Amino acid sequence: MNPVRKRRLWMVLALLVAAAAATALVALALQRNVAYLYTPSEVLGGKAGENVSSGQAKFRLGGMVAERSFARAEGSMQASFRVTDGDAELPVVYTGILPDLFRENQAVIATGRMQGGTFVAEQVLAKHDETYVPKEVADKMGLAHQKHGVHTPADTAADAR
Amino acid sequence: MQALPELGQVALVLALLVALLQAALPLAGAQRGNAAWIAVARPAAYVQLLLVAGAFAVLTTAFVAQDFSVRYVAENSNSLLPLVYRYTAVWGAHEGSQLLWALILAGWTAAVARFSRSLPDEVVARVLGVMGLVSIGFLSFLIFTSNPFARLLPAVAEGRDLNPLLQDPGMIAHPPILYLGYVGFVVPFAFAVAALVDGRMDARWLRWTRPWTNIAWGFLTCGIAIGSWWAYYELGWGGWWFWDPVENASFMPWLAGAALLHSQAATEKRGSFRGWTVLLAIAAFSLSLLGTFLVRSGVLTSVHAFAADPARGLFILVFLAIVIGGSLLLYALRAPRFEPGAPFATSSRETLLLANNLLLVCACGMVLLGTLYPLLADALDLGKISVGPPYFGFLFVLLMAPLVLLLPFGPLTKWQRETASRPLAMLAPWLALALVLGAVAYFFAPQGPWKTAAGVAASAWVALGTLRFVWTRVRGSGRAFTAEMLGMVLAHAGIAVFLVGALLVEAQQSQRELAMKPGQTVELGGYAFRFEGVDEARGPNYLSDRGHVQVLRDGEPLVLLHPEKRAYASGGQVMTEAGIHAGPFADVYVALGEPLGAADDPDRAAGAWAVRVHVKPFVRWIWLGAALMALGGFVAATDRRFRRRVAERAGVAGEAA
Repeated sequence: MNPVRKRRLWMVLALLVAAAAATALVALALQRNVAYLYTPSEVLGGKAGENVSSGQAKFRLGGMVAERSFARAEGSMQASFRVTDGDAELPVVYTGILPDLFRENQAVIATGRMQGGTFVAEQVLAKHDETYVPKEVADKMGLAHQKHGVHTPADTAADAR
Repeated sequence: MQALPELGQVALVLALLVALLQAALPLAGAQRGNAAWIAVARPAAYVQLLLVAGAFAVLTTAFVAQDFSVRYVAENSNSLLPLVYRYTAVWGAHEGSQLLWALILAGWTAAVARFSRSLPDEVVARVLGVMGLVSIGFLSFLIFTSNPFARLLPAVAEGRDLNPLLQDPGMIAHPPILYLGYVGFVVPFAFAVAALVDGRMDARWLRWTRPWTNIAWGFLTCGIAIGSWWAYYELGWGGWWFWDPVENASFMPWLAGAALLHSQAATEKRGSFRGWTVLLAIAAFSLSLLGTFLVRSGVLTSVHAFAADPARGLFILVFLAIVIGGSLLLYALRAPRFEPGAPFATSSRETLLLANNLLLVCACGMVLLGTLYPLLADALDLGKISVGPPYFGFLFVLLMAPLVLLLPFGPLTKWQRETASRPLAMLAPWLALALVLGAVAYFFAPQGPWKTAAGVAASAWVALGTLRFVWTRVRGSGRAFTAEMLGMVLAHAGIAVFLVGALLVEAQQSQRELAMKPGQTVELGGYAFRFEGVDEARGPNYLSDRGHVQVLRDGEPLVLLHPEKRAYASGGQVMTEAGIHAGPFADVYVALGEPLGAADDPDRAAGAWAVRVHVKPFVRWIWLGAALMALGGFVAATDRRFRRRVAERAGVAGEAA
């Protein structure tokens, strides 16, 4: 093998090794940092899997804040509310300031894990304006709502358009 | 008066027709050598600018005059909206921002037409022709799917109001500057496609495009920095970067653009990496397009996605496929024709620039994967997922660490062949000094010693290494310190400043969320915050709960902050306005949550409130660093060499650093 070819071969090998290492790293990082979105009925019905209902896996809980479910112990930062998808409800606790757009009967996505029968949230995101429901939540809840005839902001948004 | 919006529509349609002319005739003319057709390019570019600017003026007039019979105005304005925000509301949502995009594209096109006299006419014709093609795509998108002039009949008496998030000075500047950057990448793109059509890449054309890339990248840097600054003070979370899909959308072209800047330099000076440079130019612009569409089409769920309209999706997909697929196909057919550049050794500046490019492109690919993965998973029915910030943070740091390590070597290493020990010997003492400074920081850091040490060492290394280069140039007699070099030094110094900000704020920041009663004091990061209650204030189109927080340092009053909670009259949206005391070494940041008393208590506002306090050391350095990088881009663009008329055909090999 002449020296030029030899050098090329080494370069190709080095590139392959680098690419393999990069792929492995990216796959690992993705796997560790991906959070799935589930609705309360998926969590309670076991569709979300054992890891989610046992509290091992962190996930995102999506749904609507149930009417008259929000409460805060007076003078305390701990808030509790229930998230519903029309079929099932899940109690949620969160310590801290809730986003500006957090309101009962509005869409919400909370990140955290199950603890006992309660979802302990680390982060709560609310929808960003009056006509906007996170698409993924709307998709997941769409069927449930049609079934129950529950009125959601998603419908309102569609009406407005 | 009432006919005006239709006038805007007519202007847009005419602009589309002119764009068709601007694309078809010059491209065909350049191919056949028809001088008359080639001559159409420049006037067409000017007329197009005039027409699109006319349409933009019409829409602005509709906003200022509060013409709620125009649907877009009715949806994004309100009679209470202050005058200045009526101007900026023009680009507050999808349709208007696409019109702004088209206007900026027409502006860049006209600028190319005006400042390209030193180039051969066929080249200019091809470049303007390609820009015309892009313009056709954008104007049709506007006219057929996102018409900003559509009427709302019958007209409504009151508009729905501009999203309160956007009623802010930062929002006045963010989109136009960001778009100047995005769209600016159309110039290297058009040049690259023209070079592919022509089958060869001439060094003088390349030299001519370099300042355009620099300026576009500078604007993009500014735009991203303003966006980050805006998110910092407006969203009330105190963060400056969230790895939000929308931020990623603007960051990907930035990374590709940074790689392009460097590879263009190598191609212009040494003739190396011709094909790679063309590929990067295509990538930078394609990612800009992808970014624009991802953000505004509502594909991504995020702060910026106001309207989720799947009807536009198909158009966008087809347009992207044509632009990306078409240019890549052309690349596959034509790029092998490029002459190879001058050979270079393993130890040379070319190799270092190659490493720079590989790292930046890998980072870009990593961000692209993380951003599109949820969309992909959704399309493949793998569930609704989101990719968390730790993915981006971990991989980005991993990829950028070697880049920071190699950065000071680049300018000190010779083109073509270098004795590896020479730059190493020059930099070794400075590397040692940087490590010592890092170690000192480790022991003196009040918290987060490792990150602080890494931040100080990395920043000192980049700063000292860059200064070492400056010293070499200044000491070396008779060798000029060009604007291009000055720009490079400024941008690299910007990286050093940015590193201080990004890593030290990460290591040293402190935050607390707590319930505070009036009169209560909390200590954080060497500051004391005394909550003095909340009163009511009235703005032009909102009512606000205005908090009073006295900040004390060492028992002395420092500043009285007024965090606000604003309720906007229309739609009842609530917005947080953080109270911030900005300082060169630390920001003090207070955001107001909600009253914590019982909901039926009439004196609720006088009781305890949820309050979030932050102390953010060195956070300003992040934006200062970005400003220096942008300035570097602009300064480098002014280099006289780029404007020189070059008589000889190929001035590739003659240029030394």
